[in-house]
Amino acid sequence: MPASDSPAISVEDLTLAFGSFVVMRDLTFDVEPGEIFAIMGGSGSGKSTLLKHLLGLLRPTQGTIQLEGRRLWAMDEAERTAQLRRTGVLYQKGALWSSMTLAENVALPLQEHTDLSPSEIDRIVSLKLALVGLRGFESFRPHEISGGMRKRAALARAIALDPSILFFDEPTSGLDPVSARRLDDLILQLRDSLGTTVVVVSHDLESIFTIADRALYLDIETRTMTALGPPEALREAPPNPRVHQFLTRSLEAA
Amino acid sequence: MPVDAQYQVDAQYIDGTLVVRLAGDWTLDGALPDIRDVVDDAQPPASVTTVAFDTDRLGAWDSSLVTFLFETVEYARERGLEVHTDTLPASLSRLVALSQAVPEQETSDEQDAPAPMARLGEWALDAYDETLDALAFTGRATQSLVGLLTLQTRMRWRTFGVSLQSSTASALPIVTVISLLVGLIIAFLGAVVLQRFGADYYVSYLVSYGMLRELGALMTAIIMTGRTGAAFAAELGSMKVAEEIDALKTLGISPIDFLVTPRIVAIVCAMPLLTVYANMLGILGGLSVATTMLDLTYTQFFTGLLEPVVLADALIGLFKAVVYGAIIGLAGCMRGLQTGGDASAVGTATTSAVVTGILLIVLANAVIDWGAAVLQV
Repeated sequence: MPASDSPAISVEDLTLAFGSFVVMRDLTFDVEPGEIFAIMGGSGSGKSTLLKHLLGLLRPTQGTIQLEGRRLWAMDEAERTAQLRRTGVLYQKGALWSSMTLAENVALPLQEHTDLSPSEIDRIVSLKLALVGLRGFESFRPHEISGGMRKRAALARAIALDPSILFFDEPTSGLDPVSARRLDDLILQLRDSLGTTVVVVSHDLESIFTIADRALYLDIETRTMTALGPPEALREAPPNPRVHQFLTRSLEAA
Repeated sequence: MPVDAQYQVDAQYIDGTLVVRLAGDWTLDGALPDIRDVVDDAQPPASVTTVAFDTDRLGAWDSSLVTFLFETVEYARERGLEVHTDTLPASLSRLVALSQAVPEQETSDEQDAPAPMARLGEWALDAYDETLDALAFTGRATQSLVGLLTLQTRMRWRTFGVSLQSSTASALPIVTVISLLVGLIIAFLGAVVLQRFGADYYVSYLVSYGMLRELGALMTAIIMTGRTGAAFAAELGSMKVAEEIDALKTLGISPIDFLVTPRIVAIVCAMPLLTVYANMLGILGGLSVATTMLDLTYTQFFTGLLEPVVLADALIGLFKAVVYGAIIGLAGCMRGLQTGGDASAVGTATTSAVVTGILLIVLANAVIDWGAAVLQV
């Protein structure tokens, strides 16, 4: 386990780039354990790219990313895989493995990384599916259930290994308002009951104001972060006009 | 108010104002006039500063009129004229205002087409990178295979089973038809050529030598590239697009171990089996031509076959089949995992898996034949 005083995620001087095209530069922020941290910004501002870096899928051009006090790219591949196993991800469209049932989807990480017996895994899978409100859906395949259910099933898979950090890529996109609200509640409950650190990439303001403790704003014009703080505080006292526009859905600057 | 059926437009200069008179029905069925044609009739006096519209006799209108007005505003802006859109009906002036609300995007991305030499250089660099990628991928697949053989990683029996079925039993009908016909074709060729020398007897040698050493494995490999290699690329490509591959990686499961190795092992197992089957059918096809066209008996055919053909010929064919199988699996899976982000990328990946596969198979064929010639087998 990491030292309790180190932040869950620590990003320093991070530059994200594809070849010579810089998506974002000079990103520095910490995410505290047990916090719900929102990464927000307009379309094309590099939110998803930042997420892919935090997940270890892309390697930063410059700067460092620490997960629970350990530098992600200073570790060798085995260590990094072990560290990343302590994170769970809910992808934008769920990304459930389409050739497997929901139960098999949730079971796979447990089969891979634990020594549990098949019957023990079955019981844990049932619990995880029940936690997201999908009790009895074990033998369904991803294409047989609705989009909202698919996201919840993907959440069950993401929490299969009891991760200490959970990432959400646009959790509420494509969901009806009620399903979106249920997912938000689920995120809050998981944080409150399991103490999981949550990082949410979103541009859904309602969701951000409902769940986020702090929010980071990525600005597409200046290609860096221009605001960091509790979303309500940023709305009351926006540090710059574009943050004001974003948080109030207005076209005029403050 | 009388309304003209056909659209009419003209422009006049009245006291420093360019008055554009619009009349009649403006519909897309009629022609779309150009403001430059309308105005160029009258030479502009130096004192013109504004543009106004006269719409008293305007009838029905649709996008044709709005397009004309949009271009008129652009035309006026280029010449520094002020446009009085309040002289238009309210709905039209709102549409014109909407079209002008966001200034035109400066598209600085447009690059000049690179010079031929620069293109050649880029192509060479891309080819170099791609070769490195392919080698790295092959290396990682080999690592994974070694892990499997040393029991460090578990075999994914289900993926293996599904892939094996689709690349053996399900492929039998097409392999049957093609090999039988290839055998027939070689025998036809042989019949024509050999008859001229009175060497009909050797047609069975030609057919069996050709099938066992070259065409049995080659034709099977080409069928399987189009069938199984393309399927691998499409399966993995769709998973990539749906972020399912990322989901595996972030859960600490290697996509190579989980998806690639079982597929490659399946096709490598399937290829020699299919090749033996294809060889048999090819010889059968040759037999039917030999016995009908050349009046050879079954005994003559098989005696002519068994004398010169040796086991090494069949073994070389099987060795090729294993190599081709590895190429099909590697090319299909690699192209699948390289798929870009959208649905059309899956099509590109599939095409490229087939092209890469066939190219490498023919190359490998040449290399193995050369090696066999050097070693005199």
